[in-house]
Amino acid sequence: MDLSMRWLSDYVDIEDMSVKDYCSGMTMSGSKVEVYETEGAEISKVVVGKILSVAPHENSDHLVVCMVDVGAEQPVQIVTGAPNIREHSVGALVPAALDGSTLPGGKKIKKGKLRGKESNGMLCSLGELGLTLHDFPYAIEDGIFILQQETDKELIPGMDIHEAIGLNDTRVEFEITSNRPDCMSVIGLARETAATFNLPLNLKEPKFKGIYGDISEMLKVSIENKELCSRYCAAVVKNVKIGMSPLWMRERLRASGVRPINNFVDITNYVMLEYGHPMHAFDIRYISGNSITIRNAAEGETITTLDGQERTLKSNMLVIADAEKPVAVAGVMGGEYSGIMDDTADVVFEAACFDGASVRTTAKTLGMRTDASARFEKGLDPRMCVPALNRALELVEELGCGEVVRTVIDCSNGVDTQKKAPFDADWINRFLGTDIPEGEMISYLEKLDFKVENGYAYAPPYRIDIECKSDIAEEVARLYGYNNIPKTIIRGVAAATPTPEQVFSRKLLSACTSLGAYEITTFSFISPKFYDKINLPADSKLRNSVVISNPLGEDTSVMRTTLIPSMMEVMARNYNNRNAAVNLFELGNEYIPGDSELPDEPLRLSLGMYGGDADFYSIKGMVEGIFDAVGIEDAEYEPCKGVSDAFDEAAAFHPGRCAVVSKDGVALGILGELHPKVLENYGIEVRAYAAKLNVPEMMSAAVLQKTYKPLPKHPATTRDLAVVCDDSIPVAKLEKAIKDGIGGKILETITLFDVYKGKQIESGKKSVAFSIVLRSSEGTLTDEQADNAVKKALKKLSEIGAELRQ
Amino acid sequence: MTKEQLDKILESAKEQLSQCMDLTAAEELRVKFLGKKGELTNILKQMGGLSAEERPVFGQLANKVRTEIENGLSERTAALKAELAERTLQAESLDVTLPGKAQPVGRLHPLTATLNEVKEVFLGMGFDVVDGPEVETDHYCFEALNMPKHHPARDTQDTFYINENVLLRTQTSSVQIRTMEKRKPPIRIISPGRVYRSDAVDATHSPLFHQIEGLVIDKGITLGDLYGTLELLMKKLYGDDCKIRLRPHHFPYTEPSAEVDIMCFNCGGKGCPMCKGEGYVELLGSGMVHPKVLEGCGIDPEIYSGFAFGIGLERITMGRYNINDLRLLYENDMRFLSQF
Repeated sequence: MDLSMRWLSDYVDIEDMSVKDYCSGMTMSGSKVEVYETEGAEISKVVVGKILSVAPHENSDHLVVCMVDVGAEQPVQIVTGAPNIREHSVGALVPAALDGSTLPGGKKIKKGKLRGKESNGMLCSLGELGLTLHDFPYAIEDGIFILQQETDKELIPGMDIHEAIGLNDTRVEFEITSNRPDCMSVIGLARETAATFNLPLNLKEPKFKGIYGDISEMLKVSIENKELCSRYCAAVVKNVKIGMSPLWMRERLRASGVRPINNFVDITNYVMLEYGHPMHAFDIRYISGNSITIRNAAEGETITTLDGQERTLKSNMLVIADAEKPVAVAGVMGGEYSGIMDDTADVVFEAACFDGASVRTTAKTLGMRTDASARFEKGLDPRMCVPALNRALELVEELGCGEVVRTVIDCSNGVDTQKKAPFDADWINRFLGTDIPEGEMISYLEKLDFKVENGYAYAPPYRIDIECKSDIAEEVARLYGYNNIPKTIIRGVAAATPTPEQVFSRKLLSACTSLGAYEITTFSFISPKFYDKINLPADSKLRNSVVISNPLGEDTSVMRTTLIPSMMEVMARNYNNRNAAVNLFELGNEYIPGDSELPDEPLRLSLGMYGGDADFYSIKGMVEGIFDAVGIEDAEYEPCKGVSDAFDEAAAFHPGRCAVVSKDGVALGILGELHPKVLENYGIEVRAYAAKLNVPEMMSAAVLQKTYKPLPKHPATTRDLAVVCDDSIPVAKLEKAIKDGIGGKILETITLFDVYKGKQIESGKKSVAFSIVLRSSEGTLTDEQADNAVKKALKKLSEIGAELRQ
Repeated sequence: MTKEQLDKILESAKEQLSQCMDLTAAEELRVKFLGKKGELTNILKQMGGLSAEERPVFGQLANKVRTEIENGLSERTAALKAELAERTLQAESLDVTLPGKAQPVGRLHPLTATLNEVKEVFLGMGFDVVDGPEVETDHYCFEALNMPKHHPARDTQDTFYINENVLLRTQTSSVQIRTMEKRKPPIRIISPGRVYRSDAVDATHSPLFHQIEGLVIDKGITLGDLYGTLELLMKKLYGDDCKIRLRPHHFPYTEPSAEVDIMCFNCGGKGCPMCKGEGYVELLGSGMVHPKVLEGCGIDPEIYSGFAFGIGLERITMGRYNINDLRLLYENDMRFLSQF
């Protein structure tokens, strides 16, 4: 809502308060000021000039040389090329930008020579002053703005242009919250101003004289849908003179951001801005049957609205219809053919009240939000119809642009809309934590036009937001000043405990960072095409995503079912940005549709790395390190060859360099080198690695509460063991054989220290060397015991085809 | 053998020790004088030829000489060792300005790092951390928060819909309702999480961002408590000098409602382009939980009251690290991530 400070001064005199103080006071009482600006602030040193003479320019056909009286001792010479300045212009008053003046858009005017003739400034057009024909309909677009004497204030040469054309208002832009449609009006803000600064509010009841006439002979109104239209008031103005509104009205409309059109349209807009209640004006000629019905549209019925668009209506939309057709979409926009034209003779003014939700739905469905619909949809009170209508009729008489028929139509559904809420000063103080005397509270409420009686606060008609005692507490608090409320700390002691899941997540975060990885945060929505980019099979269940019905774009249209594409995007971006190496992780949700209304949102940990000396074993080392940190022991890694029951993402990995890790048969995650095709899809030209781990499954597999194991009392014995076996036998299988052979009682650790293929080893075979640490809790192991253990291991190894390397 | 012979040996040992320049030479001297075939040993071997009276006298004398040579040797050796150690240390000097061997260091995303600090503050004040679903029903995101269908306030939160009843939550306030349905007062929780609004990406907008919801319900909770609690939080996050102010606002699920502004760090409240001349920057929304919302969750507003607030994590993070473009947070460029 843009408020004209000049308009405000009709109702409250803010005296010599600075605009800045005004704005800050209003903001702190609940009417937030976004910004304020002074009209024409960019214009300086532009004055009224009187053209004394116009002479042809000796070097030009289209330029003329004017002598202009700018209120200085001597007239100044100004050269202009405007077609409307010729000999007949002598005596005309025009805006003259003097040497050193400024114009909108940062334009500076300096004296100079035009084709050899000195020009000490510039005569201005409307556009050059930042104005349009709507502001001054008598001007021309393509030429100098010839000023007209519009008010009593005489235009004299040298007068500052701001003052001369009223371009000196201050516009304050308020952010009005949706509960206060009444503040989308000058009077509403005037009332808030008066209450905020404790100033008198000068309201006048609108009055009109009218002429004799019986409106019921001219117009019939019936409300068919009384639920959606609680009140409909109408008045008739005869013998209207359509024309330009007076300067003061145009000025105020302009400052409020509304284009002046003609006096009748301007009056409806003026009343809407002043009272916050939208109005509408029809040409009675086009009201067929001279009858108005407020009814639901017939399904598929059409209307061409004022903006020239044909609209197809639905049966849940409310229309104002004459005997044949809709003439307006109720509360939204009028019809093109019933609008006010230059030859309109008799006008119907409408001030009605329509249901907010209905107007909102209609405006949304038709895709036209208007100033009227923006007000109706927040909820207006039917009791405001009559004052608004009366104000419009008063203005008609003030402007002398028609004869108002004294009788008016007022149809109402008779529902009492009085709002009230309990008023209990003690409760309010307890609720706010204050100690405000009851009398002070009542005075705040009265300033806001509430009546306090019998333990209730009765709201004025325009306060549709008042429902309960907290609402009253808020009114008191904001006028008392939120910042005057004593600050206290909540009493009582509460113990907060993180849940095991939260503790586990924290462990994961710290494990990842301590292993050198950087955390990333990505969007939860992705493009469905990303599933192709990571090579998911066409029938993958992961392609079944939660789909956003109104996405911003295809790129963010489905909720991810896997973290891998998000990680890929980030790795690709880093690669493109020439970051040589990355080691990244993300702890985030996947969104998996299921049978219930809402999808599952399981927590996942993804890892990604490329560059440096990263290889498969680096990403595996990350996974092992994380498992170690969170207490997962003895996880098993199995090759997955591009297919995994647990992870459809397997297709994104190199089939020979990918493993599924599990514990006790439960899959915990997948890790590996990314498939070259996937890397190509992302434009990554180096090998890259990723992993995805299922957090809840990890948590179940982890030993969350560790117990201390006594430090060994007896020395350990180490045996190194090298075996030769087929290259295809995974090391994990060899380790398992050693474990099975020796048994957990004396086997402490097995550490792989070499895998060798090549010279001295038959092709297709490999040599694998382990260092085995043996220890007994009962005593020092003898050489014999140790040798025996190794023998048992070798026996098991031999069973799977691995023999001691000779 | 004579006393003169012993004196001579001592004399010669002292002389040679004083000229001994390294540990090998010192060892050679030890062998030469004190070894099995050393000069002193040789002399002592001749003790057999002495008379019974002479023997103890001469023995005493010989031991004295031996002790003196031994002391001389060990002194000299110690000095030589110290010298050697000193030389070695000198020789081992490094260029300490050469770079260290790189050890991997990982970092949390600035959003997480900031969130962890906020969580710490609230945990310390007895607030549990609770989670809620991001894909949410219209009921929890709007209806139960006093925003029925067609409520104009819904316009301020452009919503992504899955279907008519399911949407991406526009605010973590949905968790308020889920919590109040499950727990009985007293309640003190915060709920951080992702929220979604249909805003195109630019320097200050993102269709996905993070909020931290807070909720306190108990007997006798006041607006003053809301003010005091939020001020305490901000002081812990921004230091004791920070100043906040409460400004009346409207949210359908709180009454009274307040926006909380923090004094502009750039100008200290005087007004500058950063705070659009206001001296304060908008920080979060808050208010006393609306009685209708309490009632809907089965909490009697005549007995209990409470406050709620929603903090934008991005805003706090950007303020703390002086990040001027929100997009950086979601681009995850290493050159950005490695700065925190």
